Amino acid sequence: MSDHEYIPKSKVGKWFNDRLPLLTLANHLTDYPTPKNLNYWWTFGGILTFCLITQIVTGLVLAMHYIAHADMAFDSVEHIMRDVNYGWLIRYIHANGASMFFLAVYIHIFRSLFYGSYKSPREIIWIIGIIIYLLMMAAAFMGYVLPWGQMSFWGATVITNLFSAIPLVGEGIVTWLWGGYSVDNPTLTRFFTLHYLIPFLILGLVVLHIWALHVPGNNNPVGIDIKKPSKDTVPFHPYIVIKDGFALLMFMIVFAFFVFYTPNILGHADNYIEADPLVTPAHIVPEWYLLPFYAILRSVPDKLLGVVAMLSAILILAALPWLDTSKVRSAVFRPLYRQFYWILVADVLILGYVGAMPAEGLYLLIARVATAYYFLHFLVILPVLGLKEKTVPVPLSITEPILGGSPNLATAKNKESLNN
Amino acid sequence: MSEKKTKRRDFLFTATYAVGVVGVGATVWPMIDQMNPDASVKALASTEVDVSAVNPGKTITVLWRGKPVFIRRRTQDEIAEARSVKLDDLKHPETDEDRAKNPEWLVMLGVCTHLGCVPLDQKGDYNGWFCPCHGSHYDTSGRIRKGPAPTNMEIPKYEFVDANTIKIG
Repeated sequence: MSDHEYIPKSKVGKWFNDRLPLLTLANHLTDYPTPKNLNYWWTFGGILTFCLITQIVTGLVLAMHYIAHADMAFDSVEHIMRDVNYGWLIRYIHANGASMFFLAVYIHIFRSLFYGSYKSPREIIWIIGIIIYLLMMAAAFMGYVLPWGQMSFWGATVITNLFSAIPLVGEGIVTWLWGGYSVDNPTLTRFFTLHYLIPFLILGLVVLHIWALHVPGNNNPVGIDIKKPSKDTVPFHPYIVIKDGFALLMFMIVFAFFVFYTPNILGHADNYIEADPLVTPAHIVPEWYLLPFYAILRSVPDKLLGVVAMLSAILILAALPWLDTSKVRSAVFRPLYRQFYWILVADVLILGYVGAMPAEGLYLLIARVATAYYFLHFLVILPVLGLKEKTVPVPLSITEPILGGSPNLATAKNKESLNN
Repeated sequence: MSEKKTKRRDFLFTATYAVGVVGVGATVWPMIDQMNPDASVKALASTEVDVSAVNPGKTITVLWRGKPVFIRRRTQDEIAEARSVKLDDLKHPETDEDRAKNPEWLVMLGVCTHLGCVPLDQKGDYNGWFCPCHGSHYDTSGRIRKGPAPTNMEIPKYEFVDANTIKIG
């Protein structure tokens, strides 16, 4: 794994390392050469690791007090809020932690989109990331069901019913998912089990995500391949550790603001009403982080096609490394892509907004236009743009634009082909 | 390598794989099937409902198999409206005569066929039901008229035990 042979200084260390090379791994992680021009958008990997650990730790504690039973779940959550020592704090951290997790993951994903981090040779990192994102959505959805409030119940009903759109076997699958003829106790207990399992699956995938990252190394704002280690890199420790730590502190301030000052602003008041299978709340909305996809689902007037469109909107991301035909990674050197990038950002924000609004009139029209544009961006604009766009010349190395020197030969060669 | 020997090996491999697949399948199936409705859920008895207190123009909602069932005593206007609709105008053509054997009583699952919400009574463009989740409109016979739902609201198995009692299931 390491670029050079590492030999521990102490005798015990050497004895241990010869049998299990954990110290070699630690040394690799410490010395790991990192591009020195990484900006703060690159700190969200570390922040996301923090979010995952936070969710696992607070989740474990909550599971000690929560009761996964349709008759007791709602009361046990209130018991956590009122009776358990610091229960309110732990639950608010867990509930808002989910939102913070998605906030960070969206920044992380859009950073990849801007700087072309999904492009060769980082396709596998990207695809593992998409799988993690899908698992996050599954975990968040099932976690939201556990308090057994009105939004829990009806959110679960609507989302599980998405599967009924599948021809022939759909109804059977929904009954199988429910373990009954409606969302009920069997549904709750299995959701609790899976909600407990998924974070550990994510943890495993995060290890693979980082492993795959450490093969080619980090992309960087300039988006060129760099020589490692070289004048263009700094060791991970202490440089990146300190920087990630600072960014994490800033992030924790935002996190703490939500937990301590507006712990319920991202939730929905209806979820403080216990689940009632006879009454659907007047206005069902998912949590904010799922709204863009919800808007896509509702914008299609056909049940099956709506579900297909929603799933495609996520899965299309996995094909992105091949849909984007441009050889230049960073949007810094792609004047046209840069503009389309910001249009896409606006498009997703608009989808999120109309997803929270009733599906009628002008909102529906906007949702339809925005949905069409979303797919247009990935299926038409990106493939064509890569072939037509006139890119700005990329530098030979990270230091070249400032110091005018130390070009990397491989990059220089690559650059010739790019600028032709 | 003689051809005969290779064929013998191939047969053994194929036979081993086949037995292996059957074995794995037989082991995995109980793990999957345990998630299906269990005996206690399936055994949920049918529900008998006393409808003597329901006046024309009123709906009661009862729970059956964890799902709401609407029992509506329709007014003459509603019956007339439901029966005058041409089948060509319907997304999921069903006559009102088939849906409500006794025209005064409409008994159906109060579950929107789009994504399973409970539609609201006496709302929507067709004076029937309106689903607040994604905007499906149903008429006075519970038939889908407008919106994303693909089919009419389902009619469960039911019968009149006597003039005032309906047995669902």
